[in-house]
Amino acid sequence: MRYHQAVHDVPLLFEACEKPSPEREFDPTLGGLLPKELVRDDLDIPDLPERDVVKHFVNLSQMNFGIDNGLYPLGSCTMKYNPKVCDEIVSWHTVADIHPLQDPSTIQGALRLMHELEMMLCEVAGMDAVTLQPAAGAHGEYTGVHIVKAFHEANGERRNEVILPDTAHGTNPASAAMVGYDVLDLPSKDGCVDVEALKSSVSKDTAAFMLTNPNTLGLFEKNVKEIAGILHDAGALLYYDGANLNAIMGKTSPGKMDFDIVHFNLHKTFATPHGGGGPGAGPVGVRKRLEEYLPVPRIVEKAGMYSLDYNRPKSIGKVRAFFGNYAVLVRAYAYIKMLGGKGLVSATENAVLNSNYLKERLKDDFELPYGNLRKHEFVLSGRPLKSKGLRTLDFAKRLLDYGFHAPTIYFPLIVDEAIMIEPTETESRETLDKFVDACKAILKEDPQLLHDAPVNTARRRLDEAKAARDMIFSWRAYQKKLESGNGKA
Amino acid sequence: MPLSECSLEMLQYLRLKSVDELFEDIPKDVRTDGLKLPDGMGELELRRELEAMMSANKPASSMPSFLGAGIYNHFIPAAVKTIISRSEFITAYTPYQPEISQGMLQSLFEYQSFMAELTAMDVVNSSMYDASTALGEAVLMAHRISGGDKFLISRTISPEKKEVAKVYARGADIRLVEVGYDAITGQVDLADLKSKLGDSVAGFYFETPNFLGPVETKWQEIRSALDNKTLVVGVNPMALALLRPPGEMGADIVVGDAQVFGTSMSLGGPTIGIFGCRSEHVRKMPGRLIGMTTDIEGRAAYCMTLQTREQHIRRSKATSNICTNEALLALAAASYLALVGKSGLREIAKKNIENMRSLSSRIAAIKGFEAPRFKSHHFNEFVVTSEASSDKIHKKLLAKVVHDGFILDRAFPELKNSTLYATTEMHSKADHDKLVSALEAVG
Repeated sequence: MRYHQAVHDVPLLFEACEKPSPEREFDPTLGGLLPKELVRDDLDIPDLPERDVVKHFVNLSQMNFGIDNGLYPLGSCTMKYNPKVCDEIVSWHTVADIHPLQDPSTIQGALRLMHELEMMLCEVAGMDAVTLQPAAGAHGEYTGVHIVKAFHEANGERRNEVILPDTAHGTNPASAAMVGYDVLDLPSKDGCVDVEALKSSVSKDTAAFMLTNPNTLGLFEKNVKEIAGILHDAGALLYYDGANLNAIMGKTSPGKMDFDIVHFNLHKTFATPHGGGGPGAGPVGVRKRLEEYLPVPRIVEKAGMYSLDYNRPKSIGKVRAFFGNYAVLVRAYAYIKMLGGKGLVSATENAVLNSNYLKERLKDDFELPYGNLRKHEFVLSGRPLKSKGLRTLDFAKRLLDYGFHAPTIYFPLIVDEAIMIEPTETESRETLDKFVDACKAILKEDPQLLHDAPVNTARRRLDEAKAARDMIFSWRAYQKKLESGNGKA
Repeated sequence: MPLSECSLEMLQYLRLKSVDELFEDIPKDVRTDGLKLPDGMGELELRRELEAMMSANKPASSMPSFLGAGIYNHFIPAAVKTIISRSEFITAYTPYQPEISQGMLQSLFEYQSFMAELTAMDVVNSSMYDASTALGEAVLMAHRISGGDKFLISRTISPEKKEVAKVYARGADIRLVEVGYDAITGQVDLADLKSKLGDSVAGFYFETPNFLGPVETKWQEIRSALDNKTLVVGVNPMALALLRPPGEMGADIVVGDAQVFGTSMSLGGPTIGIFGCRSEHVRKMPGRLIGMTTDIEGRAAYCMTLQTREQHIRRSKATSNICTNEALLALAAASYLALVGKSGLREIAKKNIENMRSLSSRIAAIKGFEAPRFKSHHFNEFVVTSEASSDKIHKKLLAKVVHDGFILDRAFPELKNSTLYATTEMHSKADHDKLVSALEAVG
């Protein structure tokens, strides 16, 4: 086994013995500037030298795995390599040190960049207008569903239902519910939308249908035009979840497929680093007839000067303060500029090629439900593992020992023991082959090794039930627990 | 673009003649033919083009800025960038596999710990998008805790947050009702608050220091007026270095923005929403929580927990749709706080108050200006009311290469000719001099 993650003993910062620095103490009321009753008594934050803080976090970083460490085939998350120049650009003073409420004449470069990015995203998605305000993909969905609601209300309709295929990302139903919609799950047929079932589900109560295409199985929904027709004939809208946009750039577009609203995940398709969970950005694109509902302000260009238009009476309002996650937008802009139109198409081609290659090499070792040709990702079933008393989870944990991040597992829900693999275009054939070798080797291993995995990571399997039971979410809570005599947590 | 040799081999393995065959499942009537975007460019060319484009911006580093209103210009120690630039952190996804992601998980636990300490709340989650969306989610959570289709919200919050809260409330059919402020102190108008309470009210939101600068002093009265309704308090966490924390003021939910801890302004995003609550409400809370546990060898370890609240498990019944959050900025906040420490943080907070006092008295000494407008304690922001119109002053300052504060006239028409100024430890005496002399020249 070639991979060994670093294992450091890194105590919590709060456990460090605090060095009192009396010379730095001062009267917290600042000589009466603040009244006593408004001033806090204590603050349990350690004073540490910079040297120790850097050591602490660098050692912690070595106990973390990013795309820069190796293959990260997390299905639906599009973990591609992120060009470093993008990170550097966002640290420039002219990018980092501008305030969102500055006079528009002093942020012309930023406004221009955002305006141009809107245009680029329109081209990729085949949409007419884009807002950059939403902070993440789920937030984009939330924005999109608000637009759905505003659209129907403007037509004097109160439709109360959003339909989703059962392969949908969990954020879809959650976003629809947060805007007050009832959610109707539509069972799939052969891994795709059951068109007949959809027909009988759609009614005058249907506000929208949310769809990912290719779907989360990596299958292209061939009946998408017919689906769009069914929805549109019923007066409903069709929403495109852009999580899988990396599969289709330049080959088709949500606009061409007759979708009305699209969200983008810039941290997936457009290579902005995901930061261990965020930030991302979730711009939303719409057709002309929905543009008036987009959040304010809109960036307007006139004779090379950019200004902000708040006068949009039908706008849904604001979903986030200011302009959204600007520093993420800048990275995505830089990425698109570097790749150019042909580069983006090539990214899609290679993502789909890598996915199909990997699928072809692995499908006989597992099960591949639902047809053969896939787009950017594919879902295997780990069902054959069961005969050895193993589960997909054990296989995933063992992959960590080989230095590969695990795929997404147990999603989508319609595949038993699902293993969802998305290699992306930035991985070489050599890496893919090594991954295949690892998968095949694992399947031949003594099942006990899989049960025991991982062993080469900073920690072995965790007692997750204990975490839920103890509910220790902070040093403060941990101290309380110790004080209450429950012993070491 | 021509395919590489490796790609051709992979095609052969798939028994395909061309890449086009991989896209055969896309029906002809929905196909597009490439993208109408310019050709790509190299790194050097990209940098040149972006440098030129961005030179049209006037950053706070080249022109003193007195803007705050939710986004603040604070000093960021170099080591923060060193830490958050570590590839293992910045290029990781959400820590779904805890065994290989302990670095980020422990860092997030430490972020939660810092925030819990500053706010004196039992639980703070590992981040929301920003303060405005954290407030939106807090309104929804207050409704889950207390029922009621009305939520009271102080008038002294930023127009941006108010707009966002409205959208979140509308989605859940909750009506927002505004509570006014005292014209002298700028603090919550208690009589107005009491008159608006009733059975259908889920809770109340106020900020301290509030949007107009005053530190609220009547929190005991507010807490008792609310009885068992949900009290949501908005904070500037930097001010909590000195101020009594909301956990000691009876807050049920605390929201705020930790951008002040190690994240640059970047046109207002990304920032990081703080969201904390009392432990009895934790299952109604949105967002990811990192909990402490052990691995099978008994070693301390950290993982995401109480995930049954979240969208990937509960789908339409989840407490929120949030998935991606602001983890890297939580790491920035944790490293910032570790680097400055308790003493450093208190000194920075003190410097902010001192700068506010010094700048406001210098402005008050200028003929035709009143500062601070409200008779209360302040942190680092205050309202200036002038005889001249705010727009006129704004234009004059721009001509003198100074970023004016935030003009209040539009969102607060009752405060005619008023501007919200912020000053932080970043301002030197020369910066203050520049503003003061520019204001003196307004006449």
